[in-house]
Amino acid sequence: MFHALRAPAPVPSRRAFLAGAATVGGALVVGFHLDLPGTKARAAGAPDFSKVPTQPNAFVRIAPDDSVTVLIKHLDMGQGNTTGLATIVAEELDADWSQMRAAFAPADASLYANLAFGPIQGTGGSTAVANSWIQLRKAGAAARAMLVAAAAAEWTVPAGEITVEKGVLRHARTGRESRFGPFAAAAAAQPVPENPRLKEPGEWRLIGTTLPRLDSEAKTTGRAVYALDVRRPNQLTAVVARAPRFGATLRSVDDAAARKVRGVVDVVRIPSGVAVVARDTWSAMKGREALVLAWDEAGADRRSSDAQLAAYRALAAKPGLVASRQGDAAAGIKNAAKVLEAEFSFPFLAHAPMEPLNATIEKSGDGYLIHAGSQFQTIEQAVTAQILGTTPDRIRINTLWAGGSFGRRATSSADYIAEAAAVLKATGEKNPIHLVWTREDDITGGYYRPAAYHRIRAGLDAQGGITGWEHSIVGKSILIGTPMEAMMVRNGVDATTVEGAADTPYALPVYRFEVHNVRDAVPVLWWRSVGHSHTAQAMEVFIDEIAHAAGRDPVEYRLSLLQKAPRLSAALRLAADKAGWAGRQAKPGQGLGVAAHESFGSYVAMVADVTAEAGKVTVSRIVAAVDVGVAVNPDVIRAQVEGAVGFALSAVLRNRITFKDGAVQETNFDAYEPTRMSEMPVVEVHIVPSTAAPTGIGEPGVPVLAPAISNAIFAATGQRLRSLPLDLAALRGV
Amino acid sequence: MPKLTVNGTTHEVDADPDMPLLWAIRDHLNLTGTKYGCGIAQCGACTVHVDGQPARACQTRIGDVAEAKITTIEGVSGRVAEAVQAAWRKLDVVQCGYCQSGQIMSAIGLLSENKAPSDADIAGALDGNICRCGTYQRIKAAVHDAARSLA
Repeated sequence: MFHALRAPAPVPSRRAFLAGAATVGGALVVGFHLDLPGTKARAAGAPDFSKVPTQPNAFVRIAPDDSVTVLIKHLDMGQGNTTGLATIVAEELDADWSQMRAAFAPADASLYANLAFGPIQGTGGSTAVANSWIQLRKAGAAARAMLVAAAAAEWTVPAGEITVEKGVLRHARTGRESRFGPFAAAAAAQPVPENPRLKEPGEWRLIGTTLPRLDSEAKTTGRAVYALDVRRPNQLTAVVARAPRFGATLRSVDDAAARKVRGVVDVVRIPSGVAVVARDTWSAMKGREALVLAWDEAGADRRSSDAQLAAYRALAAKPGLVASRQGDAAAGIKNAAKVLEAEFSFPFLAHAPMEPLNATIEKSGDGYLIHAGSQFQTIEQAVTAQILGTTPDRIRINTLWAGGSFGRRATSSADYIAEAAAVLKATGEKNPIHLVWTREDDITGGYYRPAAYHRIRAGLDAQGGITGWEHSIVGKSILIGTPMEAMMVRNGVDATTVEGAADTPYALPVYRFEVHNVRDAVPVLWWRSVGHSHTAQAMEVFIDEIAHAAGRDPVEYRLSLLQKAPRLSAALRLAADKAGWAGRQAKPGQGLGVAAHESFGSYVAMVADVTAEAGKVTVSRIVAAVDVGVAVNPDVIRAQVEGAVGFALSAVLRNRITFKDGAVQETNFDAYEPTRMSEMPVVEVHIVPSTAAPTGIGEPGVPVLAPAISNAIFAATGQRLRSLPLDLAALRGV
Repeated sequence: MPKLTVNGTTHEVDADPDMPLLWAIRDHLNLTGTKYGCGIAQCGACTVHVDGQPARACQTRIGDVAEAKITTIEGVSGRVAEAVQAAWRKLDVVQCGYCQSGQIMSAIGLLSENKAPSDADIAGALDGNICRCGTYQRIKAAVHDAARSLA
């Protein structure tokens, strides 16, 4: 196995692991599950995140200086959850927004587990607000009740006569009032109420309003500390030389020249390669260049991207594992008046967060301290404890602002953090180790969004109604072969490969969705919106094709198939209305395209306005409508959708990881170029009013962009571009 | 040893003159507001001012800027810088925030030369600054907002 760092045997005693954790063959197995709003909603009702104890002490710190600090159990990689989670507490506490602060919680799954993940502290699946909603409302309400009780005792008045507003406790009859600070200590000594009364929506003063982000000040002055900014006394910086092809292993290393590079302190072997340790990053990079390495490539994957696609296409023609089915799809298609068929291919994609991966680890007391943009704290504790021969409770994590992630930091192998631990161990644990991936390491280092291939056939009757739908999806499972497989893969079907397709909300009379799991050496991982990043393109472009083949309006046709999906329908109607869909008039070469998709329990529709010419597409405007349940922070929601467009656009237009003879061809932002300002469309975001429990918005804006643009190109040119990135070279223009 | 004058203070740096300014600032002077994003002048996260002009620190050798006045995000001051940072906060531009030091340094450079930039001027000055979170719409609005407040 390349890269995926398995912790070496022998394994510490089972006592070392968290409840629900065990070891199998040296690999880590934890009781991980994904109880995502989107995956269970249709089958068994929305996940219930309300059965949580009331724990104000875990989440709320009121200080004598009147500040209120909310402990944030999640990683904030830009999605703004520090602001969102603090808003929930401030609301129930009746605090003033100006007194609110946020601090990242320590790694402690007994207090800070993600309720959607089981006994695991971690961030992902757009769950931060969704899983914390009741937990933090209870914490805030309890803290408020404890403040009131303390004030009632001090003022010798009934607690029921005390009001709280904007951070002020007040007793009207006696004219007494106080800010929170003076009662901070007395409130902490009060008993914790088990079931404090939560506000009714009509009582909300902060939720649903625009509040300034808590991180704007630090992030506009250079003062926000990311993991790459950690500077510990005597720390050394490490960079790692890894195999040039996935599946290759190190045969030999000559480090004589590297050791002579100014600033280089040590060269050590770790499971993933050879680490050069130096007093600064530049010296470590120069030292790495001076290594002479020989690789055993007997087990290396030497395929090229063209061969990979051909193999996926061939697999799709064979029967696969059934992900979902209803009735006899083949018969439905056989009896159709018209049959449509299409294929869609999708490349591997790197996440490329702006902050290259890195972590710092040091010996601390009787354990270790990790400084990282930590996304799966519990897994990182368990993995590093195994490497360092200690217990997870002795691994402390200082979670820091993360310079993006898009899924990359959430690995079941804790890959780059495990590397830091391995270097610390290999260097005798003398100096804190600051392990840095260069941008080249990041783009070529795997953990990609899996490549995928979809083949779809659908039958239409004479009126344009769908008579049957057959759909085959080929891709590498994110979960099979990882410690999460046992918990999250059923009958060989990984939901993250087929989500958004096999559970389509469209009313198909008969259907059959199949999946083929590819096995190869390329490490794959969830990439912002996971399976939806390809299934939405396949579903929403093909539905558009069917609507046109049926001679129907694409919005009206979708709505006719979404009668049992009222929230998605409402988002679609709102986007179409705000974009002026009904009265649209386009210049030659210009067109509007629409797409709608549910992911992670949220509903998003987009209308794209594009201009297409030979070999080129300009996206001028995106009108989006989103239903995320209660909109805790409307401006953060708008920002996430604007950002989703900026993030996803380069994957629509050009991004791909290309293999040639097994080697990744793109190495940096020159060949793997994110969206730039001059390409950014105007984005309008409209929020569907809702009283449903809040879901997430970190990911759901991503899936709909590609099909909205693809469908707009069809409207503009009559040409269907299905695969991503769009084959702009094939675009003929008008 | 190479000398560097950063934010008004002159330092001696114990490193080769070919060390990129980025790593001298971050690892030797411990001024970490300037970010590493790509190392090949494609992303602008490392943008600093060299004698008042925006420059990519990852492609600037310390041996070449010994006589220059270097300003990092930690050292910016004056009306333009304050207007830019205030506009960024007013519009809540940031998401992950990692690129924003570089974006702000480029924006200050632009507004120091051009008091009323058009959308095209802004894209021209900031197209070399990548934001992977896609905050461009707000960055553009914030530059306009800062320009208005300076008028």
